[in-house]
Amino acid sequence: MKKLALGVMLVCASMGAVAKDWKVIRFGVNPSYAPFESKAASGELVGFDIDLGNALCARLKAKCVWVENAWDGIIPALKAKKFDAILSSMAVTEKRLQQISFSDKIYNVPPRLVAKKGNALQPAPDTLRGKRIGVEQGSTAEAYAKAYWEPKGVTVTSYPNQDQVYQDLTSGRLDAAFQSSVQAELGFLKTAAGRDYAFAGNGVADVKTLGVGAAIGLRQEDADLRQQLNRALAEVHKDGTYKRLAAKYFSFDIY
Amino acid sequence: MNEIIAIVQEYGQAYLWSDGYRLSGLAMTLWLLLLSIVIGFVMSVPLAVARVSSNRLISGPVWLYTYVFRGTPLYIQLLIIYSGIYSLEAVRAQPLLDAFFREGFNCTLLAFALNTCAYTTEVFAGMIRETPHGEIEAARAYGMSRFTLYRRIILPSALRRALPSYSNEVILMLHSTSIAFTATVPDLLKVARDVNSATYASFEAFGLAAVLYASVVFALVWLFRRCERRWLAFLQPRAH
Repeated sequence: MKKLALGVMLVCASMGAVAKDWKVIRFGVNPSYAPFESKAASGELVGFDIDLGNALCARLKAKCVWVENAWDGIIPALKAKKFDAILSSMAVTEKRLQQISFSDKIYNVPPRLVAKKGNALQPAPDTLRGKRIGVEQGSTAEAYAKAYWEPKGVTVTSYPNQDQVYQDLTSGRLDAAFQSSVQAELGFLKTAAGRDYAFAGNGVADVKTLGVGAAIGLRQEDADLRQQLNRALAEVHKDGTYKRLAAKYFSFDIY
Repeated sequence: MNEIIAIVQEYGQAYLWSDGYRLSGLAMTLWLLLLSIVIGFVMSVPLAVARVSSNRLISGPVWLYTYVFRGTPLYIQLLIIYSGIYSLEAVRAQPLLDAFFREGFNCTLLAFALNTCAYTTEVFAGMIRETPHGEIEAARAYGMSRFTLYRRIILPSALRRALPSYSNEVILMLHSTSIAFTATVPDLLKVARDVNSATYASFEAFGLAAVLYASVVFALVWLFRRCERRWLAFLQPRAH
């Protein structure tokens, strides 16, 4: 088994040495996470990740193709070569690193609680005990809440997607929702439905469950694509494209 | 293979009965199945009798009920009951309704029970209609009242003859429970999704769930076969 793995690695490495020319880069995306990636009414993909991906492709003189995929199957799909990279605000984690590799960080957004305005909730187990907190299944916020809050008597309920978390927050089933702060601000707090809601406490940080930030997910064998994307990323930072694109969506620094 | 062993070691308990804080996985799936099947069965027998009534005022509403619940996807029924009903101010203002619909489990159970009851009602009603005329005439000749006729002749025979189609409905219901996570109920498929998103070992994660579902179906088929052998013996071809 080890020999086979070594062989495969050698073959991959030698292929990498030939440096495939990436004329077309196919990005896998799950467009349900505004403002990073979502679908406009016309069906067109919009968001910061989409703009950033297109800017990277322009740098690399490659054609960008966007492939939509369900979130919970996005890594298997990458490995099955349905696309070449995941650009869908995927956070870098230990477990994901065992399966795929990542580009340099594209941004780092901490998760934050959202609850009715005027409440005294804080992201700490003692103020949350006995409360119902909604999280998205498979998110890093879920991992954090399950690791640090659930054992201390907080009811952590997982949802198939983030929209349902907000829906149950407004209907009153949940006391608070826990998710990426950018997602919460633009996907909920700034919408009509989120009028009466606000952040509760500050963002939390924990490398073990939350990771170091989001990056572009890549197949481990595609080291050349990783190099090229990292180079393009450095360039869009240097020439101000990144700042310009980010300013379109965020009022604060997300890097 | 190593992957499967690692998954079983880490998530075996969640797959089978508990995620450490509440019922999850197979136990939750079976609990949902059992409750909805029992509620559905108990309600469907009187509804089936009403369904075959020659009085339109009695059979009409039951026809409408089965038409609505068989005519729309269970998934949509669950969404309406879980998200739709609880979004109504009037429901939340009523403490009893609020307490009931607040829990995702109650909503799921309600949707499943109403759905399986609709199908079961039609199965039973069909079997009641197919009761041989001779048996009914014989019972009338004995002077049985309508109630006695149903209790002693029609229902025992109809329910027995319904066994094969009813077992199908139970198995389909088991598979339908896999949408329970839509209402945040941590059923077997939800655990498989958890494992998939935590390990990305999709084949192993969903494969384990599939094996568990299949084992339950195997047990159900065996159980119904036993029941059929016992209660449908009179329909078996006999060798002398």
